[in-house]
Amino acid sequence: MSRLEVEGLVKRFGPFAAIDQLSFVVEPGTIQSIIGPNGAGKTTLFNLVSGLLHPDAGRVCFDGGEITGRPAHRVVRSGIARTFQNVQVFFNMTVLENVMVGGHLACDRRLLPILLRLPGHFASERRCRDRALALLDQVGLAGLGDRPADALPYGALKRLEIARALAAEPKLLMLDEPAAGLNPAETDAIDTLIQEIAARGITVLLVEHDMRLVRGVSDRILVLNRGRRLAAGRWDEIRHNPEVVAAYLGAEGRNR
Amino acid sequence: MSAGQSAGLGLLAVILAALPFVLDNPYHFEIAILVCLNATVCVGLNLLIGYAGQISLGHAGFFALGGYASAILTLSYDWPPLGALAAGALGVAVLAHVVARPILQLKGHYLAMGTLGLGVIISIALNREVELTGGPDGTIVPPFSVLGWMPFESLEWYAITAGLMFVTVWLSLNLIGSPIGRALRALHGSEVAAETLGVNTASHKNLLFVASAVLAAVCGSLYAHFSGFITPTEGAFHHSIELVTMVVLGGMASVFGAVVGAALLTIAPQVLTVFHDYESIVFGAVLMGMMIVLPRGLVPGLVRLVQSVGFGR
Ligand SMILES: Nc1ncnc2c1ncn2[C@@H]1O[C@H](COP(=O)(O)OP(=O)(O)OP(=O)(O)O)[C@@H](O)[C@H]1O
Ligand SMILES: [Mg+2]
Repeated sequence: MSRLEVEGLVKRFGPFAAIDQLSFVVEPGTIQSIIGPNGAGKTTLFNLVSGLLHPDAGRVCFDGGEITGRPAHRVVRSGIARTFQNVQVFFNMTVLENVMVGGHLACDRRLLPILLRLPGHFASERRCRDRALALLDQVGLAGLGDRPADALPYGALKRLEIARALAAEPKLLMLDEPAAGLNPAETDAIDTLIQEIAARGITVLLVEHDMRLVRGVSDRILVLNRGRRLAAGRWDEIRHNPEVVAAYLGAEGRNR
Repeated sequence: MSAGQSAGLGLLAVILAALPFVLDNPYHFEIAILVCLNATVCVGLNLLIGYAGQISLGHAGFFALGGYASAILTLSYDWPPLGALAAGALGVAVLAHVVARPILQLKGHYLAMGTLGLGVIISIALNREVELTGGPDGTIVPPFSVLGWMPFESLEWYAITAGLMFVTVWLSLNLIGSPIGRALRALHGSEVAAETLGVNTASHKNLLFVASAVLAAVCGSLYAHFSGFITPTEGAFHHSIELVTMVVLGGMASVFGAVVGAALLTIAPQVLTVFHDYESIVFGAVLMGMMIVLPRGLVPGLVRLVQSVGFGR
């Protein structure tokens, strides 16, 4: 069974189809990248899979069950978490609290124990906190938990979003341009982090313009253009594809 | 609850317990009681505005509906005051729940307009339904009693309202530090991110809207009985603005800020009467000055100041 299966997906904004009859699968335990020129529909695809947008046609299945059209807060329950291209950090909270929100569903959320401070509630809170601290450690933000999120530099915000998404304990993690705006050293760290995440058995779907990163980590690559699938396969298979070169990679792809 | 919050709660308890020994006439008690009622409304409103980031310019409407429910049910239908209070709260809960879903889909300025409209509708209804409400002149409200027991003098009123405020503060602090409180602040920060992490943002906003509306209604009921009179001005736009000003002045996303803001804005007009004709001008100038010096509001601003002086290594 595929982890994610997208079939005949269509999303129109007015007359214009941002995603047009798109089908692909993501196998469990792999790192799959989605590349394509600006406006190809990569972020729109993430929004459709994560439930922030509803498709006009087509199906999205996760671990064999259909999740098409489910609201975002239900999609995450089935095991899909994501980050955002334009960072969506909770700037009004601390770094640790950001990650703890990621663990929202695992926390004890019964109103009465919360309001009356019943003892059982605090064990759950402690677990949630400890897990968040461990995740901060994992993404390289150890010791920064008590800082307000708006005091972090941009590179750290990208990691914070990854830690927060991991706190939701996903089976599929979707990363929308995690290396955008990062310097080469920071990008290398993201590379390592993605491989560590995959090594723990989490399937990764990566949207990224940094081809060095894509080439390094991806098991498979899907090339998107104007909402349609242009090609799919390993790096070696797609990089000489004339259509892919013309639409996106240019001469640069050939030479790598 | 953080150490600072626990300390604040302790300080609040001490102040509330000590006040009856300091207040020496009914007029002082009256102001203290009004402070407690306003503070209770504002703590609820601050959860909605300051923490969850959802502005409401219509909460005075809920306050007035609570007051009128108490007035009408006790006066014309002989209900016991507690029953009328509960019925008013329940009615407001239903109303708030019904309007919450469509209204809270709006954001920013549009939400402000939506809640403003709601408040205006309530206010117009209270003015026009003369047979029921007495119209613009208002209506008298019978004295409060609990199960037939009714020795409600200044001290009893103070005990009730101070107790209600303290409990509200305590419950709010517990909520803020919990997963639900984090979810509320998260949806303020980024609604889409909160959704993708499993927070049902619509139901969280609705819950808070209803809870803060009910709190306002209960305070409205108590206010009506306490003052023995209620007019549609309690539900007017002006009163909603006053409540929001208390929240902003005291400090957004600060439970104690709401209490301090309510206290200041309730007491200040009484003190400023010494300026006679210039009262409003001085009042406005002081408000502007405070917001310029401490733009985050009094309590968060002062906490920051103390921290930077105390721990500024
Ligand atoms: N909410 C929307 N309303 C209208 N058009 C939209 C909306 N969201 C995206 N689009 C359009 O859909 C197309 C695909 O956008 P999308 O953001 O998915 O591209 P992308 O592949 O992520 O590009 P980039 O690499 O620049 O991030 C673009 O032409 C964009 O203008
Ligand atoms: Mg994009």
